[in-house]
Amino acid sequence: MDLFKLIKEIEQVDPEIYDRLDSRRRVFKHFGMAGKAVTAAVLPGLVSGLFQRAYGQGTALPADIVAVLNLALSLEYLEFYFYDSGLKAPNLIPTADRPAFEKIRNDESGHIKILKQTLGSLAIAEPARSAFDYSGGRNPTPLVGDTAVGNGPFRTVFTAYPIFLGVSQSFVDTGIRAYKGGAPVLMPNKDVLEAALNIHSVEARHSSHVRTIRRGITNVANPTAPMNAQPKSWVSLQDNGGPSPDTNPSTRPVYGAGNPASSSDPLALVFPAEDNVTHLGVAIPGNATAASEAFDEPLDPTSVKNIARNFVVVTSGLFPA
Amino acid sequence: MTKLLLPPEPAAQPTSTSRRSFLRYSGATMAVGGLLLAGCDDDSENGNNRIDVGSGDPGILNYAYALEQLEAAFYAAVKGGAYYTGAPASEKQIFDDLALHEQIHADFFKTALGNGAIKALEPDFSTINFGDKNSVLTAAQAFEDLGVAAYNGAGRFITAPGYLAVAGKIVSVEARHAALIRDLRSYNSFVDNDVVDLFTPSGNASTPGVGNGTGLERSKRPAEVVETANQFLKEGSKISANSFK
Repeated sequence: MDLFKLIKEIEQVDPEIYDRLDSRRRVFKHFGMAGKAVTAAVLPGLVSGLFQRAYGQGTALPADIVAVLNLALSLEYLEFYFYDSGLKAPNLIPTADRPAFEKIRNDESGHIKILKQTLGSLAIAEPARSAFDYSGGRNPTPLVGDTAVGNGPFRTVFTAYPIFLGVSQSFVDTGIRAYKGGAPVLMPNKDVLEAALNIHSVEARHSSHVRTIRRGITNVANPTAPMNAQPKSWVSLQDNGGPSPDTNPSTRPVYGAGNPASSSDPLALVFPAEDNVTHLGVAIPGNATAASEAFDEPLDPTSVKNIARNFVVVTSGLFPA
Repeated sequence: MTKLLLPPEPAAQPTSTSRRSFLRYSGATMAVGGLLLAGCDDDSENGNNRIDVGSGDPGILNYAYALEQLEAAFYAAVKGGAYYTGAPASEKQIFDDLALHEQIHADFFKTALGNGAIKALEPDFSTINFGDKNSVLTAAQAFEDLGVAAYNGAGRFITAPGYLAVAGKIVSVEARHAALIRDLRSYNSFVDNDVVDLFTPSGNASTPGVGNGTGLERSKRPAEVVETANQFLKEGSKISANSFK
């Protein structure tokens, strides 16, 4: 593989390639690789990064990748302002837990930074805090104030810690399923894929911790406790519908099936409920509870948006159907 | 090895921008044969007396299978050790679940790979004191964090979307495990700079996206992962992943 030859051949297709690459030599400085041997092993990543830079951040990304990343970015904003509001709410988060939520808020901020960099001019317009209604009430108009909420079922979200934690768990678990569902779309761009995977696992770490708080880390062993209030750090069957199954909006869809939920093709991308125990056509034998816990499930973009839309004001335009 | 699988495309040879190599560098996925027909079924050992996981998607699945075998064996050993026996019910519950999950993962890969699966690996846990809580938790954290970094770093080598989806289903569970073990060792350490490139706001923390760091997990390539894994595998069971660089 000769990188210069590749560029020369692209030149035949795109005469402006050299305008896009400022000069051959500086190409390598871009990557901090000046003077280093460029081995075949690093070339694929190098070339994909090179194209991304040459064709402008984001502008070379296919529409389906842009859609996945913008949904991810929207979810990150939803989470960022949620945790930032929680940290600003007086007497909500106990002192012992503030470091955790500061870390989570900052992680989401970093994810926003990376997603915006990757999307460039194709990123959605940055929403303000006023775009979100964390009561789940879909307030019709923007909400002014760091902890302002509408009249939804979770209206005590910034005054009652258990409600805050329940909404948090629902957000992180939705985010995990969304990244999982979006990852296969990102496969043509390996660097973008790996970045998304590296966000996905961090969201799962967040979920584990929030669940640990909810359970009370000193009171772990009560396998008969209702999963709604005392979840394990992993999703067990459908978690009994999640933190708040009987409100409107309900948390059931966070753990329920998406669309399509199944296929006769074992390699097809499907979005079953979290209690699914069949993967690649292999049915996990034995303890179905443990089998369900051992695998998280992806969720399709439409189902993700249907969940998230409950937490934005109507006029925001976020999570469009 | 991998007699039934087309050889991997050599990484170094292509000299022209053929359609094939262009597709490869532009990341287009290639058609993948049936999993059960492919893989590494004779456990051939390479020059360092290591078991290579093979190439292509079956190679990545065998790579995952090796790591899951290691984790499953570890938690089985924990459950047979003095720390677990004397642990409070809350901690037993956690290790019961972890042992089940990891054994399920290992069995799943073995079934999915069929004749293409590498052999059962023999662990070497001689450096772990299963009677000591700190030793057990330290090792558990190392295995779980390694698993997360490994899956994230292997995603780019997978060509069939269905296999990437399965890796995604498992890695988030590993991350849930890792975070809980870390919190047991040190509360609020579920993410820390050793495993996540933590983001630090450079100005107003309430302004999203402005600061240093990324909030991304520190994924690891197979070459790095196998070196760590091999510290816990006996001679003759040590692995390599030479096709994934």
